[in-house]
Amino acid sequence: MTRGLLHWIDTRLPVVSAARREFRDYPMPVNLNGFWNFGAILTLSLLLMLATGLTLALTYVPNAGLAFASIQTIERGVPAGWLIRLAHQTGATLFMGALYLHIFRGLYYGSYKAPRELVWLTGMALLACAMVTAFAGYVLPWGQMSHWGADVITGAMAGLPVVGPTLSHLVLGDTHLGDVFLHRLFVVHFATAFAIVGIVVVHVACVHVAAPNDPDGRDPRSPRETVPFHPYFTAKDLFGLALAGGVFTALAAFAPGIVREAANLAPANPLRTPNDIVPAWYFLPFYGLLQIVPSKTLGLFASLAAIVLPGLMPWLDRSPIRSARHRPGFRIGMILMAAGFVTLGLAGAHHLQGLWGIAGRIAALAYFGVFVAVPFARRHPS
Amino acid sequence: MTAAPPRTRRDVLSLATTATVACGAACACVPFALSLSPRGDAPDSAPVDVDLSKIAPGAQITASWRSLPITIIHRTAQTISALKTPDQPLRDPDSHVHQQPDYARNWHRSLRPEFGVYVAVCTHLGCIPALDDDGYTCPCHGSGFDLAGRVLVNQPAPYNLPVPPHDFASATTLRLGINPDGHTFDLSGIVQL
Ligand code: FES
Repeated sequence: MTRGLLHWIDTRLPVVSAARREFRDYPMPVNLNGFWNFGAILTLSLLLMLATGLTLALTYVPNAGLAFASIQTIERGVPAGWLIRLAHQTGATLFMGALYLHIFRGLYYGSYKAPRELVWLTGMALLACAMVTAFAGYVLPWGQMSHWGADVITGAMAGLPVVGPTLSHLVLGDTHLGDVFLHRLFVVHFATAFAIVGIVVVHVACVHVAAPNDPDGRDPRSPRETVPFHPYFTAKDLFGLALAGGVFTALAAFAPGIVREAANLAPANPLRTPNDIVPAWYFLPFYGLLQIVPSKTLGLFASLAAIVLPGLMPWLDRSPIRSARHRPGFRIGMILMAAGFVTLGLAGAHHLQGLWGIAGRIAALAYFGVFVAVPFARRHPS
Repeated sequence: MTAAPPRTRRDVLSLATTATVACGAACACVPFALSLSPRGDAPDSAPVDVDLSKIAPGAQITASWRSLPITIIHRTAQTISALKTPDQPLRDPDSHVHQQPDYARNWHRSLRPEFGVYVAVCTHLGCIPALDDDGYTCPCHGSGFDLAGRVLVNQPAPYNLPVPPHDFASATTLRLGINPDGHTFDLSGIVQL
């Protein structure tokens, strides 16, 4: 009966056979390690974000006077509203964390190299969209952190040369941060969230056309070096998802301070900046850069470059060898880069106080130094 | 590749059709772009009066004018003399950059040395600098300013804090939004708000 129905659909729109081909029989390299779990984790977190987000939007009011109160209604009035909101906030942390690790995987094992440049570029576009979505989402509750985070970001936009003033006008839609702005960000939060879903589809299609990379960075030489996606990788992905679910629950239950900020429990006050203002953890490295560079324009450029440079890796890195496993120098570079990125974030969180000032500057040099050095890396004979 | 066939009537027609559609599509974008531009209700720029007798020496208050936070600080004799000979290096000690009216382009950047009046919007990315012992520190990225709103060297913020148009309506009343007689100044002309 089901079989008949599936056949009936498939002869009219071959989705069933496509799904079988791409997600059941699809040949996967046998040697994928745990770093290859983040794709599935990201997909599931995205679905979680959509489900919880749509539910929250049923109660949330995008109005500067009412937004904060509507969040309180979700927290206290709507049955299980607190849980759904907590899941949405924790989901954001899980998504951004998994995204950073997924990107590091791509860099470390050279997954950006030919023929996977489009996989890489769609991935970087996804990162950009995720950052915009996360920022917009952070603003919506219209608490103190929301307001002042938005203030800094719109200030940064206005500071961009040439396009700055027009861009910030478009986003603000008013002379100050208020109703118009909040409503626009509410729409942006949706629009970019659905854009992410679209990009994910293209991203996965690119991966399936180019075939997945593997930790050795050399494509499987014969069918004996591959196994079908199902049951091998469905099982492995489920295992990874179970672990991620554990992390998710632990964060939500034991460390809500990481996924939400106490200062945002005060309504926005345009006449006072909170004393200790820090962005969400996933923006800390860029926040650190803004503090380190003693010039407004250069600081903005440094933060932009920190996102754009990894996107250029397919063209910066010309070595024919993909995986850092077989490139000792590159391996050190990638570890330096990751350590630099994390240290920048820690320095930013500590406002460059004491030794963090020095550590942050060294970290910035290490991070950018790697991208400068990569084009000069020795070309190994393959 | 074969040689391009000669232009036919049909080519011309399809070119014209494409061009017309492209123009139409471009025109259709205009209302969308227009709808995004600011609504243009000018901010309420009516003058605001501030009672100075309520501010103890060394203290400051924040008033709101044109939706902007305006800091009014009552300086002590000690801090006033520190402004004359700044002990920290300043980026623009003599207020060369147009961030203030001419009547505040002096060593204390105000009409009277005892009172400083500044738009408390950091010239970096717009947070409100917090008062500490000998100046202001911005909570967002740590830019430092002295008590006359002058930015220190090597800070993320590039310019001194703006001075809004202001005048004394009486000995103890400050009026924000108007200039002393014979001066014209408004914030739209300054380098950065
Ligand atoms: S906004 Fe003041 S230092 Fe950045």
